[in-house]
Amino acid sequence: MKIAVCIKQVPDSEARLRVAADGRWIDEEELPFVINESDQYAVEEALTIAEQTGGEVVVISLGPERVREALRKALAQGASRAVHLSDPAFAGGDALATGRALAAAVRREEADLVLTGSQSSDLGYGATGSVLAGELGWPHAWLVMGVELDAAAGEVVFVREMEAGLNERARMPLPAVIEVQAGINTPRYASLKGIMQAKRKEIAAVGPGDLGLSPDRVGAAGSGLELLAIREPEASGEVEMLEGDAAEVARRLVEKLRTEARVI
Amino acid sequence: MPERIWAVPQLKGGALAPAGREALAAARRVAELLGGSAEAVLLHSGATAAREEIAALDLAAAHEADAAVFSSYTPGVWVGALAQAIAAHAPRVVILPHSYQTVDFLPRLAQELQAPLVPEAVSVRRGDGGLIWTRPVLGGKLLADVRARGEGPLLVSVQAGAFPADGVGAGDTPLSPLELDLDRLEPGRQVVGVEEAGEDQIDLSQAERIVAVGRGVGGEEKLGPVRELAEALGAELGASRPVIDSGWLPRDRQIGSSGQTVAPKLYLALGISGAIQHQVGMKGSQVVVAVNKDRNAPIFAEARYGVVGDLHEIVPELTAALRESG
Repeated sequence: MKIAVCIKQVPDSEARLRVAADGRWIDEEELPFVINESDQYAVEEALTIAEQTGGEVVVISLGPERVREALRKALAQGASRAVHLSDPAFAGGDALATGRALAAAVRREEADLVLTGSQSSDLGYGATGSVLAGELGWPHAWLVMGVELDAAAGEVVFVREMEAGLNERARMPLPAVIEVQAGINTPRYASLKGIMQAKRKEIAAVGPGDLGLSPDRVGAAGSGLELLAIREPEASGEVEMLEGDAAEVARRLVEKLRTEARVI
Repeated sequence: MPERIWAVPQLKGGALAPAGREALAAARRVAELLGGSAEAVLLHSGATAAREEIAALDLAAAHEADAAVFSSYTPGVWVGALAQAIAAHAPRVVILPHSYQTVDFLPRLAQELQAPLVPEAVSVRRGDGGLIWTRPVLGGKLLADVRARGEGPLLVSVQAGAFPADGVGAGDTPLSPLELDLDRLEPGRQVVGVEEAGEDQIDLSQAERIVAVGRGVGGEEKLGPVRELAEALGAELGASRPVIDSGWLPRDRQIGSSGQTVAPKLYLALGISGAIQHQVGMKGSQVVVAVNKDRNAPIFAEARYGVVGDLHEIVPELTAALRESG
């Protein structure tokens, strides 16, 4: 079984973010980047299934040069090959444009199963994996908490998170797209051997032409959504900030909770 | 013919879910901005209560499809039915609540129609070149303004609480049947069953005081002083999702959209950035105190008192101050 994992590289959630000078995105200079959280779990799930079925994992990512670092990490964890949608034409896509590009890469790999995270922590569309599935005409499931292959039936059985503490158990035929929720497994660390081996593994850089796509169908040009500006939310003005050394702040806070808010 | 602005409300137990009413209010708002007509689309199976509720609202029209295939959700049926309806009636904007269910199928509908999708909108205004929608990015630390190309249809999901339900008043909405070819609908998955996610849950919904920790706590081994603070306050311990996913606290301590919803008198948020998924679980708290290293963390917008600093320094001092004065 050939499994494709689609990952995204995103700013570290702990990093301090600054709006870039043009006001359209954040300043990426010196910003630390990591593999998007739910995508890390998708990589682990793919490696586990590949081990169980004797299959292989191909990791796919779209983005600038820095993305090679994320791909290299997944290779060190055990993926066999990587595909990097590196052409600048891919940049600035909405979920439709990015899903279209990733679907073309998956089609070229002739994968039987796609795993990806449910949502990126930067743009947060929560849509790209489902669009990818639609492009391929495959069934999909979003916010998946557990995956099992039923090889005999040619199906995948999954548990999907619903609201209010309920989970839905369902099955769908392969090939399919599974979008995993963070926390569904324990992602492995790369071994030293894995890190060494990863240096020799292939990262294939591809452009729209390699995927049979016209450049105006991908990236910003192929998107239905334009990102005009980003900004900091307006402060509500209601919060009272307490400043000073820790002991002083603690004493004043306790006093306020007791006499002003009257909640202790 | 004025442009049609559709809302597809979600139902709960055969009645309109609160988020469903908010989607109707959002459609009403967009109809005002564009000079269009706000209409509801109801996919249901014998949901008499929801029909009556919609009929008593001030909307231009409601289109309903009442069929057994809508008695439980599958993505294929919802995508297929809405794609048919949209093709037949050509609405300019289609608005749904932003929920785990709609996020499961809305991107598929967008792909099928090749229609732009604005997920999780929090506000809308009229700008140059059409509607400008605002949505959170980067975990809610920043807001993005986006605009859709083309003449529609545009698909939008609206964040809970962003468009108050009272935005649509009382009136007399005519209901008419939606013509659909039900034989063409394919579910896309076979649902085997629905199960409870957790076993014996600790009920945090009745707690008067909650000390909640987020990723910023840094590790299970660092929870000791937090537990002492909770004890000094007579508070229950809660957590945001990353803490649970990392295994630092059991899942029955999770607060947020996939955990418990709480409404204590005091909610002390330690190292929690306050992503929307967390906020929906604690919005009902009377007094929120936020301690976070990052002044831009969204949790401060929910807080009455805020401290920018290291929770590991503040927490022991708080415990000491409580013991001293108590």
